[in-house]
Amino acid sequence: MREILYKDALVEAMWEEMERDEKVFVMGEDVAIYGGAYGATKGLYEQFGEERVRDTAISESAIVGAAIGAAITGMRPIAEIMYIDFITQAMDQLVNQAAKMRYMFGGKTTVPMVLRTEGGAGRCIAAHHSQSLEAWIMHVPGLYLVMPSTPYDAKGLLKASIRDDNPVVFIEHKMLYGLKGEVPEDDYIIPLGVADIKKEGSDVTIVAYSRQLHVTMEAATELEKDNISAEVIDPRTLKPLDLDTILTSVKKTGKLVIVSEGYKTCNVASEIAMLVMEHGFDLLDAPVKRVCAVDVPVPMSPVLEDAAIPNKQNVINAVKEVCQ
Amino acid sequence: MKESKEELVSYLRKMMEIRLFEEKVMELLARNIIKGASHLYAGEEAVAVGACNAIREDDYITSTHRGHGHCLAKGGKLPEMMAELCGKATGYCKGRGGSMHIADVTKGNLGATGIVCSNVPVAVGAALSVKMRKTEQVVLCFFGDGASNNGVFHESLNMAAVWNLPVVFVCENNLYGMSVAANRCSAVQDMADKAKAYNIPSMICDGMDILNVKETIEKATERARGGDGPIFVECKTYRYFGHSRSDPRAYRTKEEEKEWRDKCPIKQFSKKLTDNKILTEKEIDQIEKQAEEDVENAEKFAIESPYPDVKELKDDIYAPSPSELLNGGAIR
Repeated sequence: MREILYKDALVEAMWEEMERDEKVFVMGEDVAIYGGAYGATKGLYEQFGEERVRDTAISESAIVGAAIGAAITGMRPIAEIMYIDFITQAMDQLVNQAAKMRYMFGGKTTVPMVLRTEGGAGRCIAAHHSQSLEAWIMHVPGLYLVMPSTPYDAKGLLKASIRDDNPVVFIEHKMLYGLKGEVPEDDYIIPLGVADIKKEGSDVTIVAYSRQLHVTMEAATELEKDNISAEVIDPRTLKPLDLDTILTSVKKTGKLVIVSEGYKTCNVASEIAMLVMEHGFDLLDAPVKRVCAVDVPVPMSPVLEDAAIPNKQNVINAVKEVCQ
Repeated sequence: MKESKEELVSYLRKMMEIRLFEEKVMELLARNIIKGASHLYAGEEAVAVGACNAIREDDYITSTHRGHGHCLAKGGKLPEMMAELCGKATGYCKGRGGSMHIADVTKGNLGATGIVCSNVPVAVGAALSVKMRKTEQVVLCFFGDGASNNGVFHESLNMAAVWNLPVVFVCENNLYGMSVAANRCSAVQDMADKAKAYNIPSMICDGMDILNVKETIEKATERARGGDGPIFVECKTYRYFGHSRSDPRAYRTKEEEKEWRDKCPIKQFSKKLTDNKILTEKEIDQIEKQAEEDVENAEKFAIESPYPDVKELKDDIYAPSPSELLNGGAIR
């Protein structure tokens, strides 16, 4: 199968959906002529023109608000917030408008929009360009939350997100745009709420997503040398969350480690751990472990940045602790 | 007056309905039949009724936390409104929203909001959608003087101007954002001046005079619909009740309140109709009586309606998705 980059998979997803449905359009900062800060909208402007690929002012709140207004009146906008760190500027629109409109208006309003953004550390660009704030989004009823780790998942999940009638926050990872992977040339969709078992194993279940999936896969390979067989599950979408796949794995392994690049306190991992305890406490043979970012603003200096976010050794250590 | 007698009567009737509805809401709040908060529109009727009668039925509006008048003026129904305020299953939003969250999408009312200014970018997005879909609708974006000090107000005006969108920004300047007078928190006297920074033309009208509001919004709408971009209309008006039921109104004087009560839009318009021999006082009384009956029927409907079924608590958080897009068994 052909291999393409994560960012090109995203472009393909939007390209195909824009061809398929004239209601789909793209708006955001530097998405048109520049092609997106990380190249994830490259070529769309040249293909679809300025009416459907819109550069905006640096107005995050108006970008999200306008996407909502367009969505509730018949369009299917894809709005981009360049860094998830900037989403603070748009949280009112996202949390109080996009997420709540359908419910508060008695189910009579539909908000079919995708908010694409990217997060994560790894480029030494410090605390305003490196955070993983997905827990904020997961907390809010009314939003879906998608975080793909591979080019294949990125394309299939973005296409599903665009076609879905709900507001979807789609968080990419800045260190994955250059990742190459197999992506079929034909049209395919990955439904939201379906986890992917990235590696089968029998001794421990590791749940990891976005860039940490790759860190975890490296750790799992190394753990094989110590005869520890890890099953690695990528939930791919944090909301809806495919808890069944996680529970089925934990039933087999009896142990669970969850890896996330977000701050440890109130992390996505905390919620997944709690859900497993609520729905499958008896399946567990050891306490659940989380491997998360340190509760510190992500610093710039490479040594500090590395120390702030999880690495392979952290995952290995956590697995060994639960497997003792 | 260029309007037909039938039209003029309908405006008067609608303003009376809003006033009587709001007075009834005040009464039901005092009797604790309506719980929570309600921000009443009494005093500002000429703005909503004048503006909504200047647009087409398929045009959009976005509303505010003080939105009962907008909803009724855009064709909303009294019983469903009152039931919503009472938190009943028969309300516009199945009782989930109450006073500050009423939408009637079938009538082009995209909804009220509990957060000041949060609907201004939504209106701009609706106007973007109109432009892209080429439907020649316009969007009336209602907001108050207080909203014009919010950051997203400026982002939104700029976006509407840059993209030349068919939105009419209707500023209801009722002089106060809760307790703080506009002249104590805004650097300009006329909110319309703020439009200049975005190269958006503006007009100021007497928000207590329905025909003046209507005529001004008609001009504004003509421009917006004609493809000349957004326009800003400031309506000078006044809310008769406090910000909410617990407001002692210590920030304004009785004299000021009386001055604005004397400019009551319903009284003014009634006088104009009798002076021009379009209606007699007796006919006006009859119209008011009919409106009173309608409001009483709405109250009865609301009180007799059932509360929502608690089993439906989690309905409608998400729109349904087909199985090829979503694993229905996943946790949401």
